[in-house]
Amino acid sequence: MFRLEKRPTPSKFWLYATPPVAVILTMIAGGILFAAMGKNPFEVIRTIFWDPVFGEFAFYLRGQLLVKAGPLILIAIGLALGFRAGIWNIGAEGQYIMGAIVGAGVGLAVFPTESRWIFPVMVVAGAFGGWAWAMIPAILKTRFNTNEILVSLMLVYVAETILAKASTGFLKNPEGMGFPGSRNFSSYPAAENAFLYEPLGLHWGGVAALVTAVLAYILLTRHQAGFQIKLAGQAPRAARFHGVNPARLVVMCMGISGALAGLAGLFEVTGPAGQISIDFNTGYGFTAIIVAFLGRLNPLGIVLAGFLMALTYVGGEMASTNLGLPDAAIQVFQGMLLFFLLAVDVLTNYRFRLHVGAH
Amino acid sequence: MDIGGINPVILIATLMASAVPILLAALGETVVERSGVLNLGVEGMMIIGALGGFVVAVETGSPVIGFFGGAAAGALLSLIFAALTQVFLANQVATGLALTLFGLGVSSLGGQGYNGIKPPPTEQLLPDALADLPVVGPILFGHDWVVYFSILMTAVLWWVLKATRVGLIIRAVGESHEAAHALGYKVNRIRLMCIAFGGAMAGMGGAYVSLARVPQWVDGITAGAGWIALAIVVFASWKPWRVLIGAYLFGGITVLQLNLQVAGSGIPVEYLSMAPYLITILVLVIMSAGRKGKANGAPASLGQNFHASR
Repeated sequence: MFRLEKRPTPSKFWLYATPPVAVILTMIAGGILFAAMGKNPFEVIRTIFWDPVFGEFAFYLRGQLLVKAGPLILIAIGLALGFRAGIWNIGAEGQYIMGAIVGAGVGLAVFPTESRWIFPVMVVAGAFGGWAWAMIPAILKTRFNTNEILVSLMLVYVAETILAKASTGFLKNPEGMGFPGSRNFSSYPAAENAFLYEPLGLHWGGVAALVTAVLAYILLTRHQAGFQIKLAGQAPRAARFHGVNPARLVVMCMGISGALAGLAGLFEVTGPAGQISIDFNTGYGFTAIIVAFLGRLNPLGIVLAGFLMALTYVGGEMASTNLGLPDAAIQVFQGMLLFFLLAVDVLTNYRFRLHVGAH
Repeated sequence: MDIGGINPVILIATLMASAVPILLAALGETVVERSGVLNLGVEGMMIIGALGGFVVAVETGSPVIGFFGGAAAGALLSLIFAALTQVFLANQVATGLALTLFGLGVSSLGGQGYNGIKPPPTEQLLPDALADLPVVGPILFGHDWVVYFSILMTAVLWWVLKATRVGLIIRAVGESHEAAHALGYKVNRIRLMCIAFGGAMAGMGGAYVSLARVPQWVDGITAGAGWIALAIVVFASWKPWRVLIGAYLFGGITVLQLNLQVAGSGIPVEYLSMAPYLITILVLVIMSAGRKGKANGAPASLGQNFHASR
């Protein structure tokens, strides 16, 4: 029998090798799933992972990659800072929705302005919306010691009902002939998050995501606050002796991740989504959790993981239209990826030893 | 004797039924957490149970077999969590989240083709002669068997955890896995069994949603009930009877807000439907306030993996 033996120090090799191994294992398991559904597994895998980058319609789909990766990266970086410190904000979906509502609300309130200051103001408002929504679990945790996982998640459901109210009530397009949904930002140039460079799918959200990744990397490797985050996660007792204030850390990590999720929501609603509607949110807040882990909670790794996850979205849509693969199959596929990652991860801290005789 | 268009007897009778899914799931999770494992995948196990129970009930025509199908589906999914956390020693929080995401995906994939079908009905258990008695009839005798089963399970778990050897072992593993290991108990194996039990209970709770509460198959049918069950475990300080109180309080709020929506209270529907979640947060705050650290009864080893170095 094999048994696990703890490594004296975590393996550098497996730290970097686990994500690719997990992706390959997921492709194999996913292939079996697709075959069980009566599809040709090789064709499906090629449609998801190859065609969007090198296939016939790659000139268009490559742009879609950054459109999808942008919000995932932005949210996942915020989450990763918290996860590293042992602070579990899993309500990013709610912060994303609230950022979109507050940011878009500011823009719609002054419709139809042509001032070029309106978009920056909306960006700030979006970040504020997400930040404020994340402050609820943060302050409840620091003041009353409540569990931030449960509170932040409950607030997702609250945000979803507010979104329903916004799109059918207070943000509804007065000229929309009774249809739910706000005014469309594509006909509101001053407030629109238009493409800066369309072939790459680059809009302000993508720029923000890449800049944030670099800043977060610097924060974690070069700044006192980054050191405190890592210390609090790895050795909470040592962190206390070092003088880390746990309450301040909670407020900071939750605040950053909330603001980033709010930003992602604002960029999405004014750009690719176009309007506040009852289902403009597509679960990026939850998928970003997978992205954060797949990227090893490292900002630069998260950028790669964000593109990979975007590939499963874009390729999944292709597989859905061309091969009739249900959307839910992609969700299962993404869930599997996280399972395999968590399973393979054991090799970073442990090694398998052949167990000879009784011990 | 209606109060504001709402009959209190009917309200109490309905809340007992509407609390069943979260009661079953929260009871299961109580055992899991008492053994020192934090499984955040309750929502995923519930929805898999909801689908499993629905499919089995529709295919066999028997709602009773359906409930056991739901329990089996939930337990099966929980074994993935058990394998990852107990064998591969993966982070419990991350694995639980993954289980929920995976369960939601699998249920929506597997549920295609089951929309719009009516499952075989789950009937009232006792004869009408009893259920038609004034006041006590609907509250005590007018339910289906799962409602009585959920109350019975509360009593059984209370007794098992408090007064039996099995309960003592589970609590020992949850309070100090090192000590339990030193006494010769197989920590990870005991936890694995607790996780499977929790999965079965969550699955059965989910099956009650799709077979008795709604009753049909809709994507995302559990709508956060699993997360509320997790909150109720904290509310209950990991004690079965308090889980029952918490679930009934919550069931009462849910039924009340639905009744208010129907009765037309003038409060917008959206604000009423967010009430259960806001009240859950409020309850969490009240239960946790003023108790810094682990004083509120959480098992000491909760959320920590165990690896026997010797």
